[in-house]
Amino acid sequence: MASSTDSNVKGENSQVSYKKYINTKTDRVLQSKKHANDIFDVIEYLQSEKDKEVIFATNACSKVFCQLFYRGDLYVGDLPEEEDLVNGDRSAEEKYRIFMRHRYSNCVELLLENIGHKAFQVKETSLCALMKFVAAEGKHPLQNLDEHYNFPRELLQTLVEHLLSEKEDMSLLISRFQEFLEMDDVRYYVMSSVRDNIYRVMGRNKKAVIPVYQNNVFTLLSTINVPSEASKMKHFLVRQDYKLEQWKVAKLKEHKRAFEQMWLVFLKFKLPSNMYKKILVILHESIMPQMSDPTLLIDFLSAAYDIGGAISLLSLNGLFILIHKHNLDYPDFYKKLYSLLDPSIFHVKYRARFFHLVNIFLSSTHLPAYLVAAFVKRFARLSLTAPPTSLLILLPFICNLIRRHPSCRVLIHRPSTAEEPCDDPYVMEEEDPAQCHALESSLWEIKTLQKHYHPDVAKAAMKINEPLTEQEDDISELLELSTFELMERELKAERKTIPLEFDTATELLKSSREVLGVHFSLE
Amino acid sequence: MMRKQQTFSRGLSDKVRKSKAAPEIQKNPFEVKINRKKFDVLGRKSKHDVGLPGVSRSRAIQKRKDTLLKEFRLKDKNNTFIDRRFGEYDSKLTPEEKILQRFTLERQRTQDRKDMYNLNEEEELTHYGQSLAEMEKMTDVIDSDSDSEEKGLLSAELTATHFGGGGGLLRKKSAGDEEEEHKPRSRQELIEELIFKSKQEKRERQTQKEEAQELTEKLDQEWKSIQNLLAHKTPKAERTDETDKPKLDQYDMMVRELGFEMKAQPSEKLKSAEELAREERQRLQTLEADRLKRMMGDAEEDAVQTNTHVSADDMNDGFILDGDDRKTLAYKDGKWNIEGEEEEKEDEDGDEEGGEEEDEDDEDDAEGEDDEEEEGEDDEEDDADEDHCDLQSDEGSEDEDGQGAEEEQLCAEEPPAVSEEQKKAAQEAARAELPYTFPAPESYSDLKQLLQGHGSEQQRLILDRTLKCNHPSLSAGNKAKLQKLFGFLLEYVGDLATQNPPDLRTVSALIPQICGLCQMFPEAACKAVQTLLSDSGHSMEETLEVKGRAPMPDLDMLVLLKITALLFPSSDFRHPVTTPAFLFLSQALTRCAVVSLEDVCKGLVLCCLALEYVSLSQRIFPELLNFLLGLLHLTVSDKHNMGTAVCVCVCVCVCVCVSVSQVFLNQCRISILLCVDLIITLLCDLHREILDAIPEKPSQHAPLVFKKKKPIPLKLFTPKIVQILDYGKKRGNTKEEKERERLKHKYKREFKGALREIRKDTRFLAREKLSDVMSRDAERKRKVKELYGSLATQEGEWKALKRKNRK
Repeated sequence: MASSTDSNVKGENSQVSYKKYINTKTDRVLQSKKHANDIFDVIEYLQSEKDKEVIFATNACSKVFCQLFYRGDLYVGDLPEEEDLVNGDRSAEEKYRIFMRHRYSNCVELLLENIGHKAFQVKETSLCALMKFVAAEGKHPLQNLDEHYNFPRELLQTLVEHLLSEKEDMSLLISRFQEFLEMDDVRYYVMSSVRDNIYRVMGRNKKAVIPVYQNNVFTLLSTINVPSEASKMKHFLVRQDYKLEQWKVAKLKEHKRAFEQMWLVFLKFKLPSNMYKKILVILHESIMPQMSDPTLLIDFLSAAYDIGGAISLLSLNGLFILIHKHNLDYPDFYKKLYSLLDPSIFHVKYRARFFHLVNIFLSSTHLPAYLVAAFVKRFARLSLTAPPTSLLILLPFICNLIRRHPSCRVLIHRPSTAEEPCDDPYVMEEEDPAQCHALESSLWEIKTLQKHYHPDVAKAAMKINEPLTEQEDDISELLELSTFELMERELKAERKTIPLEFDTATELLKSSREVLGVHFSLE
Repeated sequence: MMRKQQTFSRGLSDKVRKSKAAPEIQKNPFEVKINRKKFDVLGRKSKHDVGLPGVSRSRAIQKRKDTLLKEFRLKDKNNTFIDRRFGEYDSKLTPEEKILQRFTLERQRTQDRKDMYNLNEEEELTHYGQSLAEMEKMTDVIDSDSDSEEKGLLSAELTATHFGGGGGLLRKKSAGDEEEEHKPRSRQELIEELIFKSKQEKRERQTQKEEAQELTEKLDQEWKSIQNLLAHKTPKAERTDETDKPKLDQYDMMVRELGFEMKAQPSEKLKSAEELAREERQRLQTLEADRLKRMMGDAEEDAVQTNTHVSADDMNDGFILDGDDRKTLAYKDGKWNIEGEEEEKEDEDGDEEGGEEEDEDDEDDAEGEDDEEEEGEDDEEDDADEDHCDLQSDEGSEDEDGQGAEEEQLCAEEPPAVSEEQKKAAQEAARAELPYTFPAPESYSDLKQLLQGHGSEQQRLILDRTLKCNHPSLSAGNKAKLQKLFGFLLEYVGDLATQNPPDLRTVSALIPQICGLCQMFPEAACKAVQTLLSDSGHSMEETLEVKGRAPMPDLDMLVLLKITALLFPSSDFRHPVTTPAFLFLSQALTRCAVVSLEDVCKGLVLCCLALEYVSLSQRIFPELLNFLLGLLHLTVSDKHNMGTAVCVCVCVCVCVCVSVSQVFLNQCRISILLCVDLIITLLCDLHREILDAIPEKPSQHAPLVFKKKKPIPLKLFTPKIVQILDYGKKRGNTKEEKERERLKHKYKREFKGALREIRKDTRFLAREKLSDVMSRDAERKRKVKELYGSLATQEGEWKALKRKNRK
């Protein structure tokens, strides 16, 4: 067929004209097969410079092709080459359908390109249009397939490929895409396509870190949620009536497996460090419960645990679940935990979570005394550098540990020896809790903290002066305490009298105990 | 009845009681009853050992006869007033209902006799014969006072109208005005006219009286003006002018002195210097003890702030709340030392000039004091500078900062070189521009307007005067104003600190005022500082949440923290201001990012502040050590980039770290031009010092042991013996209970007495009644006898006559 001649008669006149133009063209295409060539004009708009025109054209295209799907005006089966069409002996009807099918694939290509458009509106409409095509194709399959039950798997795969861009942050569009992931079949096929995609992309990049791509993948992955029960799986984009029981998509187990594979593939490759944190934060809540076999994560978790710093702290959570619920045996867990304790734990963002976990880890009364003593001593040593908010957690925590393990009481009460001072036998640098001589030491650090400037801390430290009460202190409400909250608490407390300094000051840098004025002067 | 009688006859009964019984009765053993005493107590005089029952009984009877009997006799013989108004004593009726019922009754009554003698169509309510409706129309109400005045003055017409009968009046008037009046005037109109006339008369009389009054006043005044010329004895108020003129002789002086001494209030004796010093020391000791207690944290509750002291280094800036300003009367060189008083009195006389003079005098005094203070301060500064200088020379540093400091020092030394007169003159000139009174600023902008454009000393003076003018003892609203002023001042100080370049000298100059205000209103000051701290803490928290790190606090915050340390005791275990300030410091030292050299500097200032905060209480501040360590690591990692300046920082760092205080590098402007060798020497010194400060061996610690508990005493079974101190009846312990007890007792006694009296009354009355009856009976018997007698005589006579006739 000849290409259209009046394609240049574009309405550059005004904004309204292009709408009118596209509308008339669409109508004509749909009205009769004679005007089939007008579809070129509509498709051409998809490459327009102006965002509005692209959006309008996208909508028009989706309308046209959906209609055509409905009518069955698209060729089904393997598509012959367009050049073959001229000499092939086919009926006019068939030719028309083949022609339209070609235009459809053109249109899909252009839309996929538009996914990478710079305007979000364009991206969004393209995405919606494509998803409409997916739905329409599912209903009126273009290929005769059995195994995938008519689901347009290839289209979805290419769509995912474009979504997981290597160059651009697609998080906004992915969050828009989330609503389609509610559909169980879409989710299933997206999961499998993501898995393939990761393989392909990472293989191509020789397993190097691609932060943008991985970020996109993570955004997409974190939005995927497998339903908890099989009965809840009722939302399908493409309804299948034929052999529903054997359809993989309808099975929860298959979903879980796909989910697991997808994550495992993603975690298999090297990740940027902030990605580790992101993953570990959500790992125990939204990933592990949805996997069919969470123990497979052990590689990832132990790798993360060995990284050190905040990442190790975060991986504790996942490890704990594995140890606790999945009977995982992790050698030297406590030794590693012990080596994790350094001054930075008081300043990281995940302090509350860490203390919560450590509290759980050390809650067992079957732990050996030397181990607990080592932990206690190390915490005490670290407390010398901790800010007051951490100290308010730490001191009751140490007291709790000593309560749980009465054999550690020698740390704060060793009546046998005389009062003569001696060197602290504890070895701070020792990595192994068994070798650090903690049990022979004493908690002089806490004694020092009794002179801490903050009254609450000092009071908490005072508690070791006397035999500890049986009842453990609850530290859970202290975990999230921030310095400002502490300050607020102090500011809001009712006071009867306000003591004043009785030495009346005469100058800014002149008081009875001047330190600032010694080093600095007014200028 | 009894009560009434008692009140009625109080005077009379007293009189009866007071009249002593005749001595013969008192001596008559039959009249005397001796009250037997149970115990004979030595030295006790009892009033009631001897009683005269006959006398007292007769007295009582007499009293009753005088009072009760009289009343009894008059009983049922007096007229009584019976209120027959409808429902007057019916409590069930509401007032509205009552009025309504009365009204209907009234209407019914008039309705009934309508046809009888009804003169007017409508019933008219009257008062003293005048229609109430008409009275309401009148604007002027007759004054009752003037009515009474009127009493004696009766015009002929009035009397004629009042007493000549209404008819006469009517007749006369109607006859006189027949031609002009078409219809005869009614009685009402006539009465109206009458009233009008009387009123007019009254008004005239009033005006006359007023005129007379005015004339008297005028006369009085004139008399006063010439009184001085006439009188030999001038009033006391005006006499003082002359008192210093006549020569005072020894005797007069003595007499007056004695006279004044007699009147003088006893005052505390003048304290000697040692006594004052001792007192001051004692005060400081108590305050210090208080502070230590607070530092330990045990006496948090009972810490009471005593706020009445006047410090030794008080600035004399008007904060002596109850200073005794009275001048003591004394003679000096044989002259009466009352110039001040005289002046004041003169001022009182001369209305306008005096006020200003007084003010000026005060100001002169104040200036004198100020001068002294300033000199004192200058001295102090000099000392400080000299110290500085010495130290610098020790150090041998010739860096620019040092020179700058020396220059400053020179500048500081210059003022004393200027002669005193010049200085004074200059100061006076400067002060002449300033007004002497300032209104307390209502808003921050007011304060800013007030202070802007003045030098730091002037600003201090302005503030000083503002505080003096608005002292809370002067007016009720001043307290609130000054409380607000404290907040504004802090804001102003913050502004000064954020200016470019920061005006810290002014801030320093304003410190005494801020301190004084804080001493005056601790609560308000606490609130103000707290708000500032919480605001900046909040903003820091927000930036931390958003960005993950915050910039170092600005200079205004540093100044505020410093001022906080000056105003409030940072050594307290828990303090509403300093504890949050501690937390702020901690937050700033841990969470703020050190990006530039400026940040390092700020951080070091914070470190110094922190050290200052804990210097007295010797508390541990982990963040401080952390920060300094971090800083050291920072310098070690990129020494080459930061260069020498950082090394200087390190010096300071380390110095602060080991709290060695001999560092003289002016940290506010770290000069990069410092000679390298200087630094090396410095560093060597520091190194040595640090090595000295750090002990060779790591500190040793004794193993911890629990505090020894007091052994719990065994339970004892011996009975507890309590000494009973007051035997007998338990009395109430508190004052109220005692009072209650007393009143109860009194009431009981009174009640009994009243009962007894009432019984006696009734007995008396019964006796009286009986005697009445007896006397009446006797009378009747007598009369009957008489009648019988007369009848008998009559009979006898008649019989005799009959016998006679028979004969």
